[in-house]
Amino acid sequence: MSYRHNLQLTADKKLRHFLTIQGLPRAVLCEILDTAETFSHVGQQAVKKVPILRGKTIVNLFFENSTRTRTTFELAAKRLSADVLNLNIAASATSKGESLLDTLRNLEAMQCDMFVVRHAQSGAAHFIAKHAPKHISVINAGDGRHAHPTQAMLDMFTIRRHYSDFYPLKVAIVGDVLHSRVARSEIHALTTLGVNEVRVIGPKTLIPTGIDSLGVHVFHDMAEGLQDVDVVIILRLQKERMEGAFLPSEQEYFHSYGLTAEKLKYAKPTAIVMHPGPINRGVEIDSSVADGSQSVILEQVTNGIAVRMAVMSMTMGQYTAAGGAA
Amino acid sequence: MKTLIKNGRVINPKTSFDEIADVVIAEGKVIAVGSIPDGFNAEQTIDATGQYVFPGIIDLSARLREPGFDYKATIASETQAAASAGITTLCCPPDTAPVIDSPAVVEMINHLAEQSGKARVVIIGALSKQLEGSQISEMSALKTAGVVGVGNGLRQIKNTLVMRRALEYASSHNLTVFLFSEDPWLRGNGSAHEGAISTRMGLEGVPEIAEVIAVARDLALIEQTGVRAHFCQLSTAKAKTKIARAQSEGLPVTVDVSAHQLHLTDMDIGDFDPMYHVRPPLRSIRDRDVLRQGIKENSVSVICSDHQPHDEDAKDGPFSVTEPGISGIDTLLPLTMRLVADGVLTLQEALASLTYKPAEILGLNLGTIELGATADLVVYDPNAFWTLTPETMQSAGKNSPFLGWEFDGKVTHTFLEGRLVYSHT
Repeated sequence: MSYRHNLQLTADKKLRHFLTIQGLPRAVLCEILDTAETFSHVGQQAVKKVPILRGKTIVNLFFENSTRTRTTFELAAKRLSADVLNLNIAASATSKGESLLDTLRNLEAMQCDMFVVRHAQSGAAHFIAKHAPKHISVINAGDGRHAHPTQAMLDMFTIRRHYSDFYPLKVAIVGDVLHSRVARSEIHALTTLGVNEVRVIGPKTLIPTGIDSLGVHVFHDMAEGLQDVDVVIILRLQKERMEGAFLPSEQEYFHSYGLTAEKLKYAKPTAIVMHPGPINRGVEIDSSVADGSQSVILEQVTNGIAVRMAVMSMTMGQYTAAGGAA
Repeated sequence: MKTLIKNGRVINPKTSFDEIADVVIAEGKVIAVGSIPDGFNAEQTIDATGQYVFPGIIDLSARLREPGFDYKATIASETQAAASAGITTLCCPPDTAPVIDSPAVVEMINHLAEQSGKARVVIIGALSKQLEGSQISEMSALKTAGVVGVGNGLRQIKNTLVMRRALEYASSHNLTVFLFSEDPWLRGNGSAHEGAISTRMGLEGVPEIAEVIAVARDLALIEQTGVRAHFCQLSTAKAKTKIARAQSEGLPVTVDVSAHQLHLTDMDIGDFDPMYHVRPPLRSIRDRDVLRQGIKENSVSVICSDHQPHDEDAKDGPFSVTEPGISGIDTLLPLTMRLVADGVLTLQEALASLTYKPAEILGLNLGTIELGATADLVVYDPNAFWTLTPETMQSAGKNSPFLGWEFDGKVTHTFLEGRLVYSHT
């Protein structure tokens, strides 16, 4: 088979696009976390800005609505002093490549420097990275079921703030892994950073075939799966899962897989509870846990800005910086 | 025209013939193999020293995109491409627009094919009206119009009762049924083989059981109705095993596999490259190896191109929203010969799967070089190195995952009923 070069890295291994965690070396992930650490103080300053991306234009290209994610990217860009353009392109299910390419050509004419892309189709960010002009960096803000790498990195950042080392940790990801881009990116990040064990917990209808090949252990029972874990990551359950015969009802899901204080007792007493948001209270997580002392859900939101600033500052202009060698 | 093909290595799998010999053609027929008849004066002589001479290839599944999709390809463009690739007979599935469910569409395609004159086009008529799977088609009328069989294209007849009746009716009219079996619910909106790769890429999977269950249903109906049936573009090891068992119990069913399934697997998709988006999806290495083995054992008897030429827009977009399909006419013979070079098949096995075996399935007296046979034949230089590029591809569709592959043999001449329809110079 022919060698395929990594679209995300320049010839000298600098991050040029941020499309997926898969295939990125540990050093790059650590660099993102370290850079994010240096940005985390910016939010506490009186003037919440650094001039790193002054004069640069970042386009938030959202083919799928997500006010929360878009807002954190916007805030991150503004704190780096970049100009931000928000484009919400109503993405019908039939949104075809044709219109995608047309949109790209139009944006090229506006001389932007970076695209932050969210799209309902897996591989859309790769497609855009391949077709955009070479000087533009692309950051994947979620594509289909494939990847959501900035969410995964902000979760890693949050974990690192609570634990000094990744090596001894046992992490459980609970819920709809099948449809979750967050879970896929988290699994790649956790295994690359070298945690002790990654588990996924959920009913067979929501656990994709062959997930074990990603280096995770599969559990269908919360009591077993949560045993002695240090981190519990709860995934959001979309309401449409009841329609596709994945689940009978929200109540039954909550009964089996919803995180309650009682079920949380199976984990280590020091365990932290995470959720990428937005939360469905009483479906995948009980309010008392979401708002409880072990929950770090709001920290995740705060950390999201620093991590996105890190990724934006690292990828911006890398192609040009490397002399176009990539 | 009286033609003499001199001194070539004549390979005729049907008679297990493989010798250096002269082939003599007159009035569209092979009139001698070996010795030149007394008094024969060739009007055209081709020196085939160092080259292979074998029967013209019969491709059991080639979408020519006409009528209905002539912005992708036309009968003229694809028959021309076929001739340059050593294919003399193309079998056209019914999913054109309009669907081939009436004699008028059959006549239209026949007319366009005759105008081109570069390859023989045979037609599979629709098994159900509009391929919608609710009413059976006018199979008697289609048969009179000259179809070689009936099928439902890539569409499924979901209703098992309708399927049973369609097969019973086809059997009554002694028509072979060409089946692409895939459970539509299990397939869903899948675009890649369900497994570790689709999970990793976040692509909705097409599980192997989508094929296994549909094949099991269809096998039961074939047994029940006694229809003569052929399974098209099989992709999974498990379905192959099921069919092989039925064959060994005496059920007269045959199978083809597309050439790309014998070379590529889901691991080749890489960074969502839409050229690898194909239906049925590229499966696992194990599936590929079992299908290769099937050809050796003859449970899978035919290799086809599953030719699906596309325009550029069809492949521009994120993987799963692009149109599935590979433009395969140019690579059918090269990929099959690659299996010989790789030691998977013997030359006889490889060429059998492209010539007399598909002819038998179609019930056509073609695919052989012997006395009195229709003079469809190919002269092939086994030592001509070339690379597949959009320029060297002759099909109007340039959608091939094999672009950049190097091949070490090339067709130099193609004869259709004794007429030279392609020559490399």
